[in-house]
Amino acid sequence: MKHFKTIAKPELNKIAKNSGCGECRPSCQSACKTSCTVGNQVCEQKVLVRNTGK
Amino acid sequence: MIHAFNFKDNYFVYDVESGSLHETDKMIFDILKNNDLSAYDANAVAEAKAEIASLKEQGLLDASAPEYTMEEKRLDVKAMCLHVCHDCNLRCGYCFAKEGTYSGPKEMLSLETAKKAMDFLIDNSAGRKILEVDFFGGEPLMNLDVLKQTVEYAKEQAAKKGKVFKFTTTTNGVLLNKETSDYLNKEMDNVVLSIDGRKEVNDAVRKTANGKGSFDYFIDNFKYFRSIRGDKSYFVRGTFTNKNLDFSQDVLFMNDLGFDQISIEPVVLPDDHSLAIKESDLPVVFEEYEKLAEAYLERRQDSEKWFSFFHFVLHLNDGPCYKKRLVGCGAGSEYIAVAPNGDIYPCHQFVGEKQFLLGNVHTVEKDGLNDEIRHKFAKSSIFTKPDCQNCWAKYHCSGGCNANAIHFNGDMDKPYKIACEMMRKRLECSMYIFAKENL
Repeated sequence: MKHFKTIAKPELNKIAKNSGCGECRPSCQSACKTSCTVGNQVCEQKVLVRNTGK
Repeated sequence: MIHAFNFKDNYFVYDVESGSLHETDKMIFDILKNNDLSAYDANAVAEAKAEIASLKEQGLLDASAPEYTMEEKRLDVKAMCLHVCHDCNLRCGYCFAKEGTYSGPKEMLSLETAKKAMDFLIDNSAGRKILEVDFFGGEPLMNLDVLKQTVEYAKEQAAKKGKVFKFTTTTNGVLLNKETSDYLNKEMDNVVLSIDGRKEVNDAVRKTANGKGSFDYFIDNFKYFRSIRGDKSYFVRGTFTNKNLDFSQDVLFMNDLGFDQISIEPVVLPDDHSLAIKESDLPVVFEEYEKLAEAYLERRQDSEKWFSFFHFVLHLNDGPCYKKRLVGCGAGSEYIAVAPNGDIYPCHQFVGEKQFLLGNVHTVEKDGLNDEIRHKFAKSSIFTKPDCQNCWAKYHCSGGCNANAIHFNGDMDKPYKIACEMMRKRLECSMYIFAKENL
């Protein structure tokens, strides 16, 4: 495409049904304590895949 | 829903439902914003519109929301903010905890109550294996012996019951001697070191009990901790107020001191407080986030200066799942706070507010928890918050902090507007940074 460079396409809407294992940490716990940011967290399932290849 | 925005001369389109991010150009930006197109060649505009249509067809632009039935969040507890001490050796001007006391008596957590709290967490965690405990205060190092014994007890119990604890300590560093640093480095998965930045900025707000600036009391302790921490998780974490709206300088100052995991949060205070950030401050705050984004990109090119800024970290491709993005922090359901007297609250921000008291670790086995309050928290999501419906950033803040919403608007489903504005600005900066580092 001439006008677009796609930087990320996680297809969030397509994976909605298979979500919610609950293994990730609460978003407030790491540093903020006064806001709520989830977008900077990593999905624990994807970490597992990355670390184990499974 | 899409969000077309620019960071100076860089143009982007973010597709909210698919989570796709595209870099684009001014013509596309003008088309998507319904701006005047008369300056453009008609054929070029037609070609650009064809590309927009193609992306839509691929589900990467203006994608539909998924068909999703929101189930109420489970009430299994997986994380606890444990108030080791309701007292503090500093007197910070913006402290939401009222100098560590949470508007109650000065109080230390006893080992007996700490053990009950650990038992409560394990017993209410159902199938969750990893449990998190944040040793919080006041200043937790004022009750270090109990903190250490709690760690030991929790680890013993975890081994018996197939659980794993991850510990965090949040400290102002005044009592952080070498021995304690070595201990925290060994036992803590994360350590949060409180510092507001430049000495004069820090000392204007973070004072000792006798009114002196605190910077000189902790800075060498923090430097030592950093020197032994290696690549394990920690944050230097500050608060900025209307007295240092040039807070990017504070972030860079902390980086210059050798810290590479940095967070600085806007103060949350009512408008009539002398340190409050008001709506009228937002243009300056936005400009400052832009300055920080540019400096951040530049420093990350240099291995000696590379650092991570908490609010600029963005995981677009491997971030949280859809469900996580709907409900946020889990306060009151999977995350709770325990005060030194054993009282249980939805999170640290509610400690001392009796209308949010959920129970007490000493009596919970007999009396249970106030599940009416817990259900209210568990049901809250971006779907129950009207202001979130048309917000392009909703999947990144998941509706914002419920405590802020309640404290400012009296309703957890009415987010605190100033925080929303800053979140959106930080997110635009983060996407710009992500694009620059991933294209």
